[in-house]
Amino acid sequence: MSEEVLRIRTPIGIHYQYSAGPHTSSHLHGLMDGKFIGKRCPSCHLVYMPPRNGTCAKCGVLLAEDVEVGPAGTITTFCIVNVPFLGQTIKIPYVAATILLDGSDLGIQHLIQEVEADEVRMGMRVEPVWRPREEWEPSLSNITYFRPTGEPDADFESFGGHL
Amino acid sequence: MRDVAIIASAQAPNLVSTTATPVEMLMPVVDQALANAGIARSEVGFWCHGSCDYMTGQPFSFVSAVDALGAWPPIIESHVEADGAWALYEAWLKIQTGEVDTALVFGNGRSSSSDINRILTLQLDPYVVAPLWPDDRSIAAIQARACLEAGIITPQQMAMVAVRNHHHALTNPYALRKGDYTIDELLQGALVADPLREHDCPAHADGVTAVVIAAGDAARSISAARGSRPAWIRGIDHRIDTQNLGNRSITSLPSAELAAAKAGVGNDKVDVAELHAPYTHQEVLLVAALGLVDSPDSSTSINPSGGALCGNPMMSAGLARLAEAASRVADGSADRAVGHASSGPWMQQNLVCVLEGE
Amino acid sequence: MTVAERCAVIGVGQTQHASCRADVSIAGLVREAVDRALLSAHTTMAEIDAIVIGKAPDMLEGVMMPELYLVDALAASGKPVFRVHTAGSVGGSTAIVAAQHVMSGVHKRVLTIGFEKQSDGNAMWALSVPLPFGMPVHAGAGGYFSPIIRSYIKRSGAPSHIGCMVAVKDRTNACLNPYAHLHEPDWTLEKAMESPMLWDPVRMVETCPSSDGAMALVLAAEDVADAHDGPKAWVHATAMRSEPTQFAGRNQVSPQASEDCAQDLWRKAGITSPIDEIDAVEMYVPFAWFEPMWLESLGFAPKDQGWRFVEDGVTEMTGKLPVNCSGGVLSTNPIGASGMLRFGEAAMQVMGIAGEHQIDSVRKAFGHAYGGGSQFFAMWVVGADKP
Repeated sequence: MSEEVLRIRTPIGIHYQYSAGPHTSSHLHGLMDGKFIGKRCPSCHLVYMPPRNGTCAKCGVLLAEDVEVGPAGTITTFCIVNVPFLGQTIKIPYVAATILLDGSDLGIQHLIQEVEADEVRMGMRVEPVWRPREEWEPSLSNITYFRPTGEPDADFESFGGHL
Repeated sequence: MRDVAIIASAQAPNLVSTTATPVEMLMPVVDQALANAGIARSEVGFWCHGSCDYMTGQPFSFVSAVDALGAWPPIIESHVEADGAWALYEAWLKIQTGEVDTALVFGNGRSSSSDINRILTLQLDPYVVAPLWPDDRSIAAIQARACLEAGIITPQQMAMVAVRNHHHALTNPYALRKGDYTIDELLQGALVADPLREHDCPAHADGVTAVVIAAGDAARSISAARGSRPAWIRGIDHRIDTQNLGNRSITSLPSAELAAAKAGVGNDKVDVAELHAPYTHQEVLLVAALGLVDSPDSSTSINPSGGALCGNPMMSAGLARLAEAASRVADGSADRAVGHASSGPWMQQNLVCVLEGE
Repeated sequence: MTVAERCAVIGVGQTQHASCRADVSIAGLVREAVDRALLSAHTTMAEIDAIVIGKAPDMLEGVMMPELYLVDALAASGKPVFRVHTAGSVGGSTAIVAAQHVMSGVHKRVLTIGFEKQSDGNAMWALSVPLPFGMPVHAGAGGYFSPIIRSYIKRSGAPSHIGCMVAVKDRTNACLNPYAHLHEPDWTLEKAMESPMLWDPVRMVETCPSSDGAMALVLAAEDVADAHDGPKAWVHATAMRSEPTQFAGRNQVSPQASEDCAQDLWRKAGITSPIDEIDAVEMYVPFAWFEPMWLESLGFAPKDQGWRFVEDGVTEMTGKLPVNCSGGVLSTNPIGASGMLRFGEAAMQVMGIAGEHQIDSVRKAFGHAYGGGSQFFAMWVVGADKP
């Protein structure tokens, strides 16, 4: 043999089945209905949207009551993404923000559009822009992005505790 | 060395598959284990768990388990990419250092997320073995074939193991497969990976096991308050063999033998042995490696739970064997029990734990 | 009251870290670090009682539980082999678990390894496999942490050049560390401020690389360490804390778990003023702004003042509290090894074997690792004297 074999390529293909689990059902059905449904913790009374695993991670108990939140919200913090990577489907540069929907106590991560990246601010008021109804799935990707509502920015005190 | 005991445990019924998330599966079992121990979350000194990213199909998949624990205020917690039995070992070590007195350990996993037999292929040498994609059954079958050809095992013995475990499983509410069979009817079954038949292969399952351990006085007072007997860990050890087929005999289990010797299995009689042998031929090898006797006259009861053959929730099946062995000591049906956990192809890695009542 | 056995680091070894070690297999990479650690410890494979291995998600290499495959390479047949996985903090927590193997009184000589050969797989994919039901917006870890950094900057009033100052320091320090992945000697603050923004406010120069690498330590019980004729670093204290990923009102700038972990560590180590009693720090800074954030969270600097330490040169090699003389995670980041690199480099400073990036007279050093969504913390204090 004249050539050394230094590397081999071994493709790995595995199919997985992922479960949302029963406790996020009402939230996912809500998204199919154009609504943001969260759940309230019976112990600390805070509202989680989405209700990850249906639990309050802090109290270690199952979330109980369904609570509708939003649709508008406040940007608590954000970044401007400028780096391409495999699997990314959005054109760069884009703004990824944490948005605290009105009535929710936990922010969600989503995109901000219809505003220049350098004009996005912490405290900016935003609202969702939904995909066409026929494209809806049980997923937060039913919202293409959030855009400014034009309202005055929220006071720092109203969201500072969520940073 | 500090005296440490298993004082409580809980298991989820093994399911062929569940649509619950790992967190949803875990929460009730953790709650039950705490309730069985009679302690609150805040009284747990250390949390340790075992699970596997490739099984879940997600990197960092253990992180969501932390969300099931009510980890607030922040907790002392750690994770092993292995069966929960190894999480128990880490917790036992930590208690030995004196840093904590109690620990809750668990293992969880959903074998149904994917084709578990194929996932396990990824444990093999990535350069020369895994690319051939021998699945887990084929790997086990190679070992069974070697044992048959060496005259160590007969198909009847393998079927007997299956008959015994399925019968025992009738009284185990967590087991997945159970029933009364005869050797002859099992041997009629089709080969799935020659020489293995369906009954020789584990019933893969989704499941969770949680165990509470505590040191000395804490174990005594907690158990007394619950009216149960602590299962004292008198010996615990784990060892590993090479995975290289050319370098090891697969008709014996050297690491299991060594771990059993280090844990002191042979120091006294063994009333109950709970062995994590997913395949029937492996149970036969393991009994020999641990120096146990498997015969009608023997006073050792092998796998009264039905073992991993009748319910193999990967990442918690080993811990479940330790929990079952401890339960036999706790309820008084055994004074001395052995719990065993295994990992890797051809029972590559083995953990042995000797438990005694006071 | 149970008193733990004493434990010391008697050997340290690491690989030549690089973006792609195509010249070695996974076993070869691990052995490069292990062989150096054994040499450093004046010991052999045969004398090792137990092996504790840590690494991050196995998708990074495409091998499930690679410790099983590594048994031959590590002469581990017949020994206990233990695998830790605590996300990014894993290198640190692995060192702690390994120390516990000794401190429990069970083992005398423990070999511990942290490694990642992430060029073997597709690292960015492996770290953010897209899952259903959610909305993928993150461009990896940078996209997750930069909004948190933005919060710190706003809250503390820090000037915008602080991140670049840390980046220049760490990359310059790395030039004194032959093993570091990045050797970039020409950084200045001006050049750094022109580095492209990747996830505003985080620039490219402020971001860690993706590396292949391994770190190995030999930990010994007191009698073995006493008999060892080379330098040693005694483990004074270890601490770990975890908190949930997400819950309403979570402080991600200075997580409670980070503060609790540090307080627990200082208490166990008998340290009342970290800034005065610690001589060298190796902390886990994958994005430059985490240096001032962690300085505050760990109790070295008062709240909102960490950035002043950077600006005043406190954390330079010539400063009162040298941070990341090795170049840190910003210069080398094999995920499974990075935490152990911090713990090991802290030990090297105490042992006096850090070569050109050695600080004079280090009596006590601090090693730190974190992981997940700033939720898993592992820390240790090592010292020249017995605890």
